[in-house]
Amino acid sequence: MAKTPVQFTLNGAEKAEFIDSGATLLNALRDKIGDTSPKGGCHQGTCGACSVIIDGELRLSCLTLAETCNGAAITTTSGLSQGGVLHPLQRAFLDAFASQCGFCTPGMIMAAKVLLDRTPNPTRDEVVEALSGNICRCTGYEPIIQAVLTAARSNSQNAA
Amino acid sequence: MELRKSYFADQRKDDLHEIGQPRPRSDSPGHVTGKTAYFADRNFPGMLYLRMVRSPHHHARIRSIDTSEAQMHPGVVKILTAKDVPHNVYTILILIQIGPEDETVLADGKVRWKGEAVVAVLAETERAAQEAAAKVKIDYEVLPAVFDMEEALKPGAPVVNEYHGRNYYLYDSGECRKVRFGDVEAGFAGADHVLEQTYQSSPIEHAPTETTGCIVAPEGNDRFTCYTNTQAMFFTLDNASIILQMPGNRLHFVGGTVGGGFGGKVDVIVEPIAILGAKLTGRPVSFIYSREEEMQISSPRAAEKVVIKDGVMKDGRIVARKVTGYTDAGAYSRHSPYGAQKGAGHYPGPYTIPNVWIDTYCVYTNRTPSSAMRGFGVTIGDFALEVQMDKLARLIGMDPLEFRFINAYRDGDMKAHRQATEGAALIECMQEASRAANWPVAEKFMAMSSYAKGA
Repeated sequence: MAKTPVQFTLNGAEKAEFIDSGATLLNALRDKIGDTSPKGGCHQGTCGACSVIIDGELRLSCLTLAETCNGAAITTTSGLSQGGVLHPLQRAFLDAFASQCGFCTPGMIMAAKVLLDRTPNPTRDEVVEALSGNICRCTGYEPIIQAVLTAARSNSQNAA
Repeated sequence: MELRKSYFADQRKDDLHEIGQPRPRSDSPGHVTGKTAYFADRNFPGMLYLRMVRSPHHHARIRSIDTSEAQMHPGVVKILTAKDVPHNVYTILILIQIGPEDETVLADGKVRWKGEAVVAVLAETERAAQEAAAKVKIDYEVLPAVFDMEEALKPGAPVVNEYHGRNYYLYDSGECRKVRFGDVEAGFAGADHVLEQTYQSSPIEHAPTETTGCIVAPEGNDRFTCYTNTQAMFFTLDNASIILQMPGNRLHFVGGTVGGGFGGKVDVIVEPIAILGAKLTGRPVSFIYSREEEMQISSPRAAEKVVIKDGVMKDGRIVARKVTGYTDAGAYSRHSPYGAQKGAGHYPGPYTIPNVWIDTYCVYTNRTPSSAMRGFGVTIGDFALEVQMDKLARLIGMDPLEFRFINAYRDGDMKAHRQATEGAALIECMQEASRAANWPVAEKFMAMSSYAKGA
């Protein structure tokens, strides 16, 4: 099968791989690069478990062709904690019991991060809207919504 | 909500250090950092991908299977049919002596539900496996199918599963699980009102975000490591051992991390065939359900039908209850004979009723085999029972919560299956619910206790 060279940064680190033509970014990240934090729940763009951030935009990596990511800056949940210190969103998810089976958690955190990057003090409705593309079957969503609101509050306290 | 100290004061300890304190879940740090290893997060060089060829018919005889064209598809490594499986006919609960074995790993001569696995294709890539699966030619003779439990129980209905020979599970108690307590007909005869209602439910899919699957890696020493998201690790290991006719010490199961189960991952479906593929090819094998398979192939909660007939007095006492419950197992038993049995134990409800008659049937139809899901055998029954309780209260013009206080079981009450009630707390739960919901009941009910009658 024809291979395409692809180069991008993943959580700030340079990556270069030969990718099967037609391979999704999800498969490239998981199988080639070894970042398994994005999850494959449906492979058809409906569950949000594979969510990553590409050049600041929330994207479904299962619907993104890897070869379109040349030169992009990609962020995944595995790259959020710095020097062993959890990102405020990770801390809030942990404290608020916002993950049970954990399979949707990395995607949820990506969606929440894009929201807080743009809207540091979101309303509850804005949080719900931002998470509406991510399915959770365990929690009933309420602890997740609370975690995002808590992370927003702790961010604004840090800024002040 | 605070636990009121007046409840069960003599059994309470107030020096508890853990109860009532928030404690972080031990697996959460892995979840929030993306480090938790789910089975599909393993990747082995040379891994093969398994795809099933599935029945497009609800009920059909297999005349012939032609894999020659699929075999020649680029990337195909191995194709498996029923004859390759050492012990092809199995049933999960055989481990606790609930037989007969009634299900095939790969269909042999007949398919009994739409989606049943017939041929397994192992290939170098998922795409090659999928394309080759489409080239397997199976000649079917379509048979009449039955989808409705009452139709299935009628004489002359097509027999779904020959290993049973009849469309219901034969318990040691006969065609159904039975509870007999008191004289139910005398109870109805003496009742002020009798109400019979029928409740029905459809199958429900668990829809976990992580689909069912496993990855099997052959060790060099004829042992196999199976990374799986099963909810039933040892059931799966032991059934795989039976199906593969392989001692358990050659099977190493790694799991416990499940991306949502809800009962949907207790069946033994993907592991034995993936281990067989790894054994016959000497290569790692990945068998992961697509989202479509998870929704259409994995066992749902059973469809149920519950017929409840109650005799009730004007003063609120239920004096007789007769329940006939039907559990739609689909084409194979899996956990359904157990689910139907649980229903028999559960249908009297948490109420003290002097005359009870329960029959629960586990019925076979040409629908997707059903199995465990969150309180299977009792959840739908509880829905039916509590709707029935509301209707009974309305019938005699009584407050529905007070009606439940009158009938609630308390310590020492004899239950219909002849076990004395112990540790009851229904009265106290309802008292707290009455306060929390601001649904006042008469003071005499707020003064009741589960400990003793007439208290």
